[in-house]
Amino acid sequence: MNISIGDHSLYAYTGGKPFNPAQPTVVFIHGVLNEHSVWILQSRFFAHHGWNVLAIDQPGHGRSGGQAPKSVAQASAAVLALLDALGVQQAALVGHSFGSLIALHTAAMSPDRVSHLGLVGTAFPMRVSPMLLDLSQSAPEKAIAMVNTFSHSTLAPPPSALGPGTWLYGGSAALMRRVLASNPAENVFHTGFVACDSYADGEADMAQVRCPVQFILGDLDQMTPPKAAQTLVKAARASGLSVDVTTVRAGHSLMTEAPEPTLAAMRAFLGA
Amino acid sequence: MPGYSDPGFDTLTIHAGAAPDPATGARAVPIHLTTSFVFESSDQAASLFNLERGGHVYSRISNPTNAVLEQRVSALEGGIGALTVASGQAALHLSVATLMGAGGHIVASTALYGGSQNLLHYTLRRFGIETTFVQPGDIDGWRAAIRPNTRLFFGETVGNPGLDVLDIPTVAQIAHEAGVPLLVDSTLTTPWHIQPLALGADLVYHSATKFLSGHGTVIGGVVVDGGSFDWAAAHEKTGKFEELAAPYDGFHGMNFSEESTVGAFLLRARREGLRDFGACLSPHSAWLILQGLETLPLRMERHMRNTEKVVQFLASHPLVSRVGHPLLESHPSHALAHKLLRHGALGAGSVFSFDIKGSRAQGRAFIENLKIFSHLANVGDCRSLVIHPASTTHFRMTDEALSGAGIGPGTIRLSIGLEDANDLIDDLKRALKAAEKAA
Repeated sequence: MNISIGDHSLYAYTGGKPFNPAQPTVVFIHGVLNEHSVWILQSRFFAHHGWNVLAIDQPGHGRSGGQAPKSVAQASAAVLALLDALGVQQAALVGHSFGSLIALHTAAMSPDRVSHLGLVGTAFPMRVSPMLLDLSQSAPEKAIAMVNTFSHSTLAPPPSALGPGTWLYGGSAALMRRVLASNPAENVFHTGFVACDSYADGEADMAQVRCPVQFILGDLDQMTPPKAAQTLVKAARASGLSVDVTTVRAGHSLMTEAPEPTLAAMRAFLGA
Repeated sequence: MPGYSDPGFDTLTIHAGAAPDPATGARAVPIHLTTSFVFESSDQAASLFNLERGGHVYSRISNPTNAVLEQRVSALEGGIGALTVASGQAALHLSVATLMGAGGHIVASTALYGGSQNLLHYTLRRFGIETTFVQPGDIDGWRAAIRPNTRLFFGETVGNPGLDVLDIPTVAQIAHEAGVPLLVDSTLTTPWHIQPLALGADLVYHSATKFLSGHGTVIGGVVVDGGSFDWAAAHEKTGKFEELAAPYDGFHGMNFSEESTVGAFLLRARREGLRDFGACLSPHSAWLILQGLETLPLRMERHMRNTEKVVQFLASHPLVSRVGHPLLESHPSHALAHKLLRHGALGAGSVFSFDIKGSRAQGRAFIENLKIFSHLANVGDCRSLVIHPASTTHFRMTDEALSGAGIGPGTIRLSIGLEDANDLIDDLKRALKAAEKAA
């Protein structure tokens, strides 16, 4: 569905079900150079199990209009604007990688609006190497190849998104190329990396969160290895929050590479 | 595991899609000869049917052994995923049927396998799908053949059997300007020779019966989706491809492009095409093809070395008027082969044709006096093969259509195998001598 926020429309995949104000809502927020379809299996499952699903394309990405967010704070503003536009008072937020930082910041800015905070493949700080930052701008195809290689842990995943017969390396690369091409006005690859790299409020933001927090981490993740999430895990525990840390046998692309254990963790956390 | 990062082609031929079996530790790919898979619960069953979860339900739709083959060929072609089907012809039919129904139009190369030509020219026409054929090298012809209802461009990487190399980048550009995808049959080449998706094609298929399996033991096909064609954008612009970019009543109102931005074709082809048309591949056949794939680079190198020697021999033989292989500078695709193929003109395949001077009787005498070459209707075997296209694979075509496909009444097609090259040359030498005496 397309939702008007400010001066542009924001696209949100709803899992094949219409939005129902009487149901709880979960917002899925993708990472750099991705869009809604990276959540295809998890989002469709929740949509058919009593939840409103809003798997968004961030502004300036895929089917959404507007400019790509230059910072985590700008991206969070779009999420809150989406909730406002649909009259959603409170939602579960689940974010992957860059999207996890957006979910965290949104929960910190508006603690009353967030019922659950799911951080998938997260890290703080989420530094991006200078070489990758540069390549994302000067040679995006090389950077896509690098990210793709670092984001997957196996040449033989179990039935993965889209299902049996999917070659994840190829699917991920094709999606990244498509998202990059979706916005000829700006390089959303580089913009996203800069936003990740410059986000400095992780611990302070976690101190503002008031809802249960879940970390789903890939134990073979080379982009955001589990140890890189420990600062946020400690901060969440220090705040007295209910904290679940689930480790999945997967690389950074947990939702596509290990969709079943990722879904199982989310179901346990959200009670679906 | 992390050590697998950025694997090369040869590694992918052995490891892509396959890991030790988690239940038994079996290192080779197990053959899952089962029709169905037990559900964990009613809820899981419903989720699998509704595409909320990945997994296997029924082997007509997917099977673990077939899935390994699908991932492996996708990896080698640089695609996003694949579907294995009962044959190469099933792969072509599934591709067409996923993209159009009655009222659709295809622009296709004249240089096609006879079965493909037959499907397009006669059979699909019966179902309301028309095809305009153009010479593969006639670039203006591709453009001129486009109609408002055109939904697909189609050609072979190297046309059967003249080995006209398809200028994939140029033809793809014309297709894309018209808002339609390019489907390529890469059966005679394999991803070891050429990777059509990287050159601009959107979909590629193989008769896996040939070089992918490589031993003349199995019939199968595979379609690979490059994930590059934007079905939603094309639908928005032209109204075409509602099959992929509009809600489909046949699958709970699913809009496949919304569901998967890059995988809409694969989703529909599997969920409608395999479900309803049912041209699935046996897991045993998938396993045989996987066995062949594991030695693809080794086999293809040998095929090509043997081909080079045989081509040189035939090109210098006085009874041979023409040898149709891009290795020769006289071949019209010599330069294009060097440009597009991963191993230059040598990589244009080991299936090629040549013409014998003389009568049809001499042609028959040639074939009947071969000892090592087997006279049969197949290519891409480890054994060397020979056939007379005008009387067999292309017999339904008129002389005019034959000529358009680069085939003469005396054309002989060879598929060079893995035997000793000297033995193959001796066999050809003996048979040519017999043909000479039959004058």
